[in-house]
Amino acid sequence: MNPLVQVKNVSQHFGSMRALDDVSLDIAPKSYTILLGPSGSGKTTLLSILGGFLVPSAGQVLIEGKDCTSLAPAKRPTTTVFQDYALFPHMTVGANVGFGLRMRGVAGAERDRRAQEVLKLVGLPEAFGKKPHQLSGGQRQRVALARALVVEPSVLLLDEPLGALDLKLRRQMQEELKAIQKRVGTAFVHVTHDQEEAMALADHCVVMNHGRIEDEGPAERVYSRPASRFSATFMGESTIFAGKVGAADRIATPFGEWALATSAKAGSEIALAIRPEHVVTGNAPLSFGQATVRDVVFQGSFKRVTAALAKDPALTLLARLPADAAVQAGESMNFACDPRHVLVLTR
Amino acid sequence: MRGTIRLATIIYAILIYGFIFLPVVTLVLFSFQATSFPIPPFTGPSLRWYETVLADSRLTSALGNSLIVAVISSALATLLGFLSAWGFARFYIPASAVLRGLITLPLTVSYLIIGMGLLVLFNAIGIPKSLLSAGIGHVVINLPLCFAILYSQMGEHQANIERAARDLGAREWQVLTLVTAPMLWPALFASFFLSMTFSWDEFVISFLLTRFETTLPVEIWNLLRSGLNPKTNAVGSLVFLVSIVFVLLFELTLFRKQRR
Repeated sequence: MNPLVQVKNVSQHFGSMRALDDVSLDIAPKSYTILLGPSGSGKTTLLSILGGFLVPSAGQVLIEGKDCTSLAPAKRPTTTVFQDYALFPHMTVGANVGFGLRMRGVAGAERDRRAQEVLKLVGLPEAFGKKPHQLSGGQRQRVALARALVVEPSVLLLDEPLGALDLKLRRQMQEELKAIQKRVGTAFVHVTHDQEEAMALADHCVVMNHGRIEDEGPAERVYSRPASRFSATFMGESTIFAGKVGAADRIATPFGEWALATSAKAGSEIALAIRPEHVVTGNAPLSFGQATVRDVVFQGSFKRVTAALAKDPALTLLARLPADAAVQAGESMNFACDPRHVLVLTR
Repeated sequence: MRGTIRLATIIYAILIYGFIFLPVVTLVLFSFQATSFPIPPFTGPSLRWYETVLADSRLTSALGNSLIVAVISSALATLLGFLSAWGFARFYIPASAVLRGLITLPLTVSYLIIGMGLLVLFNAIGIPKSLLSAGIGHVVINLPLCFAILYSQMGEHQANIERAARDLGAREWQVLTLVTAPMLWPALFASFFLSMTFSWDEFVISFLLTRFETTLPVEIWNLLRSGLNPKTNAVGSLVFLVSIVFVLLFELTLFRKQRR
């Protein structure tokens, strides 16, 4: 399938600051893409470039095969849902949603009909005659979504759309966003710094840091096989420790020499990571040795345990143990893991 | 001790307000005088002098002129102030702070200097003294005010709303007329009514820049030259009344905005 959007070697400089550094990215039709990264990683800059609010210093943006690099926002098949919603405060919800159609010369009655239809799609059919200030944050978010969707863009750009909502509402809107995206079939590109949001929504997850793409792919792959140390820390939790590649797939760790497959050259310094859910107590092929449990937090379905390792006291081991595990703070016990769960990070 | 301080502050307040309002009260009171001199004892109330004022075609036409000049110059000052504020708020302009300072500078320059400057300029380029030139003068003094009010109301949040309109296909003039201006209605009205207030009782510039047809303050000055009589009080009271209306409208639009 041809990519819907192609970002080719795009760079963006603000003075001496490099917001984006030679970024290339393909976005497939009908996909849900998440740009994930900390603030200052360049994710919002990339979204602005896709939306046409910024012309990149270098590189090219193709949408539906057409060069859109310096095309105005209105002229490209994208619409943006802004972080602060940017609703027109003096217009009713119906007029807000119908605005894009009005600019395209659609007649009043037809405009209202289609606005009503999209409001129904986002679950707000009763809001048509209200003013934005009469709505709650979550409802405004839906209106912003409806306003951007009504003109039937090929790509919908969402700038931290759930950032201003409280946690419960955020999780609920997440599900709805995904459902709406499946229903309309528009490609969504969604910027966030919330990794849970990324995992829940993304067909394609793009992890960004310092203006570069650190890792991209299906969210599951990015989580289970992160391409870099940054990607491993940003997407989910883990315990990271140093390793040195020896001969024939053997890696020296603070816990002894472990047999692990790697393509890294002998002698190179690498990082190893283990996810908390893969740490077990007792025996497994790779042992961390004795550790003193520092803290146990009961989380309902599991226990979150931190422990100080005897072999490397500076390191804190993070484990997720079954809810019924008999473990208490101050206790000393053996932790271990399976080789197939160890992440070998060469970057 | 506390009682005396309290008493002192009350007396002080009465003196201050008396100092400010006694002249106006006297003016209004003696406009209802029944006899020919606006001096005690008060012989009214009588509407005799108001009738004289309204029967005086020079005064009524000056009143009409003042209204026309006030409305048109204020509308123009508001429009120009709006456009310049928008330009400064939304676009990168080199030395923006200096240029903004220059635009608001006329606020600190005396009307006499502005009036004289315009008189010399209009003489040089051949614009005759008229209501038009006085109106231009009023735009010059009110534009900085409108600019300052409107510029203060244009924030980054509104810039994003304008961006959303552009994203949905609005052209620049549509952004301005359908989004920016409606969002700023209260500030636009406030600028307009405040300009009206200033234009309405402005004397120096109108005096310097008009000749045959003139505005009400200049006409009142003409009237005063022939000595005091309750007619001047009556016309002065009318001017005061209209000013009050403008100020109330200004306060009302500002108040409504803050409540939202």
